Amino acid sequence: MKSRLALLSFLLAGLVVAFAPLPVQSVTPQARTFQMDARQFAYSPSDLQVNLGDTVTIQLLSTDVVHGLYVDGYDVSIEADPGQIATLTFIANKPGSFRFRCNVTCGAMHPFMIGKITVGTNNWLFRSLGLATLVIAGVMTSIKSKT
Amino acid sequence: MAKIELTRTPFIKNALKSRYPQLAVFIIMLVGYIFAILAGLIGTPVGSHNFSIVFVWIAWWAILILVAVPFFGRGWCAVCPIPLPGEWLQRGAVLSPPDKKPKWLNLRVPKMFRNIWLQNISFLLLALFSSVLLTTPSITGIVLTTMLFAAIGLSTIFERRAFCRYLCPVGGFIGLYSQAAPIELRINDKHVCVTCEGKPCYNGSSAGYGCLWDVFPGGLTKNTYCGLCMECIRTCPHDNIAVNLRPFSADLAKPSTRMDEAFKAFIMLGSAMIYAGVLLGPWGALKDAAYNVGSSAWFVYVFIFLAIIFGILPCIFTLGIVRTKSSIPLKHRFASLSSTLIPLGLMFWVAFSLSFVLTNASYILAALSDPLGLGWNLFGTANTAWQPMLTSILAPAQTLALVGGLIWSARTAQKASNEVKVSSTPVIAYCFVLTSIMLWLLL
Repeated sequence: MKSRLALLSFLLAGLVVAFAPLPVQSVTPQARTFQMDARQFAYSPSDLQVNLGDTVTIQLLSTDVVHGLYVDGYDVSIEADPGQIATLTFIANKPGSFRFRCNVTCGAMHPFMIGKITVGTNNWLFRSLGLATLVIAGVMTSIKSKT
Repeated sequence: MAKIELTRTPFIKNALKSRYPQLAVFIIMLVGYIFAILAGLIGTPVGSHNFSIVFVWIAWWAILILVAVPFFGRGWCAVCPIPLPGEWLQRGAVLSPPDKKPKWLNLRVPKMFRNIWLQNISFLLLALFSSVLLTTPSITGIVLTTMLFAAIGLSTIFERRAFCRYLCPVGGFIGLYSQAAPIELRINDKHVCVTCEGKPCYNGSSAGYGCLWDVFPGGLTKNTYCGLCMECIRTCPHDNIAVNLRPFSADLAKPSTRMDEAFKAFIMLGSAMIYAGVLLGPWGALKDAAYNVGSSAWFVYVFIFLAIIFGILPCIFTLGIVRTKSSIPLKHRFASLSSTLIPLGLMFWVAFSLSFVLTNASYILAALSDPLGLGWNLFGTANTAWQPMLTSILAPAQTLALVGGLIWSARTAQKASNEVKVSSTPVIAYCFVLTSIMLWLLL
């Protein structure tokens, strides 16, 4: 009976960690512009950080072949010809961490030409780490209760 | 959960006893394999439009790591086409009853090679060149051809499936992770095997061939080296072989004490983490280093890759367990407790593959219609646009896989530590740290 109660409480705690709404930091949205180079098979800069609600503009300059940029989760994209700047603007209204990737076949490692944009806080990572910690706490508790 | 004997169902039993269903699948697979080689060698050099890359490294890999290995263990080995041509040559027959007279040298594999160290090395060799292998059709074609001819060559020198058992880079990790699968082939009654004359399951009979994997089914206690070739089901005169549904990771209750298997667990775990960082991370310099084979950056990459797998990961693991009080030698504890890393590594690969496969799965439709990239449109899907699939559920699915893997490995750690009578805390803490790193790399 006790072990069932313990399991139930850990499950409930897990649900809270995974889904409980978190306080959102109120930061005034602003316009942010990134000048980004694209080459086989990397973006520079490749790790962007913006606040929730920001208007993000990416000016993509391809330095070798035609490259693209597609943002996972936002489903927006651009293509840049060599030496030309292509501009992508979107409102970062979904929090979390998203990969952006080349969507124009640009060479062998094209599927792995990837960058990352974090909007606000990467809450899902922290929730996942919380779940992992909870799991360890649960396992340790069960080991202690058995010994 | 008790075991459920699947072979009690007449349909399953008959399907496994007959050679024809397996042969039909074998032939389809062999045609696909040869086509993948041809596509790699003569098709477009653009990987994302070539059958060899799209069907081997996206479609096959997805099926293997997300379905076949976790749920069917060595199920892939049961239908893998690579040993077929060599085996037919070795037997001098495709389906006819075995001839006792060996056609070729039929040697035993030397004792020093009867372990999975060669498989560890062959996997690492591919892993170090993986950025080129995964993206360049001609290299994939060459590797597939090499594997086919290596299997043929070894079949003419050694008995049974020497390639599958001792050299195949894929078979090594399938064997390791098959211990976690809920499927097993076992005997029903040990006494029947003890008294059985001639041991036709191992030596063969007019009903079929002796175990192709050099395993005596009567002594099977884990899945690692049973390739599910099903010959023993055909040859057993006492109907004593069963295929069972069982709880996940049943084999890990009695962990192995072999160092080759222990290091396999580290190789697979480390490779999944390195791939997650190099291939799926935002760091262009790492991708450059991994791709530019032969450059000084690549040699640094190789050094770091091997240092992580053979140095950092096992050393930290050893430091964790070295102070645990036990009368059992450290080497034995190291090997036994490393079984904890089997479910963790499997779920690391699942989480890594989910990202890679869901992002690139849309290439499958295009490659189906135009497998060589020659402008064909066989099924009207050649112009299917690239579109990542299910990106909204990717992060939760990866969390589920990684946290689920952590729970699974923690439970395995408890069992393994009971076996070697030490505390499981350091190993569980180790798994937690690695899971946290993997979460950071993927999310």
